Amino acid sequence: MTQLHFNEAVYQCEPGESVLDALTRQGVSIPSSCRNGVCQTCMMQSADANVPSAAQNGLKSTLQAQNYFLACVCRPTTDMDISLPDSSDRLLPATVTALRQLNDEVVCVGLDCPSLPDYRAGQFINVYRDTGFSRSYSLASVPSDPYLRLHVRRLPAGRMSNWVHDELKIGDSLHISAPVGACFYLPGAAQQPLLLIGTGSGLAPLMGILRDALNQQHAGAIHLYHGSRDAAGLYLVDELREMAAQHPHFHYTPCVSGGSASSIHQPGRAVDVALAAHPDLTGWRVYLCGNPDMVKSARKKAYLAKAAMNDIHADAFVRVAAANQ
Amino acid sequence: MSNDLYQKIGGEAAVNAAVDVFYRRVLSDDRISDFFDDVDMERQAAKQKAFLTMAFGGPVHYTGADMRKGHAHLVARGLNDSHFDAVVECLVGALQELNVPAELIGEVGAVCETTRNDVLGK
Repeated sequence: MTQLHFNEAVYQCEPGESVLDALTRQGVSIPSSCRNGVCQTCMMQSADANVPSAAQNGLKSTLQAQNYFLACVCRPTTDMDISLPDSSDRLLPATVTALRQLNDEVVCVGLDCPSLPDYRAGQFINVYRDTGFSRSYSLASVPSDPYLRLHVRRLPAGRMSNWVHDELKIGDSLHISAPVGACFYLPGAAQQPLLLIGTGSGLAPLMGILRDALNQQHAGAIHLYHGSRDAAGLYLVDELREMAAQHPHFHYTPCVSGGSASSIHQPGRAVDVALAAHPDLTGWRVYLCGNPDMVKSARKKAYLAKAAMNDIHADAFVRVAAANQ
Repeated sequence: MSNDLYQKIGGEAAVNAAVDVFYRRVLSDDRISDFFDDVDMERQAAKQKAFLTMAFGGPVHYTGADMRKGHAHLVARGLNDSHFDAVVECLVGALQELNVPAELIGEVGAVCETTRNDVLGK
């Protein structure tokens, strides 16, 4: 008999019994469907890495690395401390340490957060203006950086983004959530070509993922396509060109959808420019960040170009972002 | 009988090999792609995997009531026999592409057929 710690209560799990069956038997309702470890409806997360490997079969590697598992096929051999995905929203105090305008629309916000747990480049946090009002922002920093970095793009009617642009000052205090999300770099397939496609401030998590991959000696080609409607919406162009000059296997292509070709950038949408250059994505790993409609359409295009579903990573908060628009 | 089919067709490895080939065909098929064009493509792909496991006679058992409930929102959007046929066509095409013997493809088609009325809410 093992014990399951869930929502501050303890539940007994009989030998050979699944986590889903044990919780259901004791009156806890967990979303489920196929009950055979296939449909992924009953996905939960363990606080430790003590997850039976059979319970992670078929899950994306980034989810496995964060101890996610399928409750219907998880038969614990030791006690487990478990939760439903993304149910923790503990608030952490943070201080604004840097503000840097990246272009007319995007400001880089530096945040110092002493109680920050370990995170992975490319994950996202919720920023709280007050306890009832938050927005999700991806992290552009890597864990070895001295502070967190966000790219906040001013949206025409954006209550949070206008506040950040117009009122936030260095030294101000605010609250953030712990970083979450499964859109990050994992070592282990160092030769795999990487395709990074982002629009607007979707460049933020890609900067983190790119720097993380380079820091971890990723050997395969890395192609970054950053898209904007007009040339003024591009940013960090000089930094990225310099990185491409330093790392011969890193290739940077800025794309502008609303204009003609120039010596600086390619004409067209980033996803279209990328897929025209790389029509067969068999064996590639793909990261997509930015406008939710772009991410949705690019995910489909990348999949139809034969990228494996488990090799396509995208912002996890696309739906939230879409709902907030 | 159906468990025999699952073994003969190659079990979980066969499902894993077939799911991308099948789902790419579905998404490329204008007759039905709208029904499958979910924001959450990963969840959709996992559902297709569960569907293939069932169609191959494997260890996923949906009841008729599950099938009705799971597809009711699609029936409300107009899901009918022609769409069901198109999905089966995509599955047959995928299995042919993977060189699955014709008699096994026939058995898979027969398993799918047993779900038609429940899927379409008839």
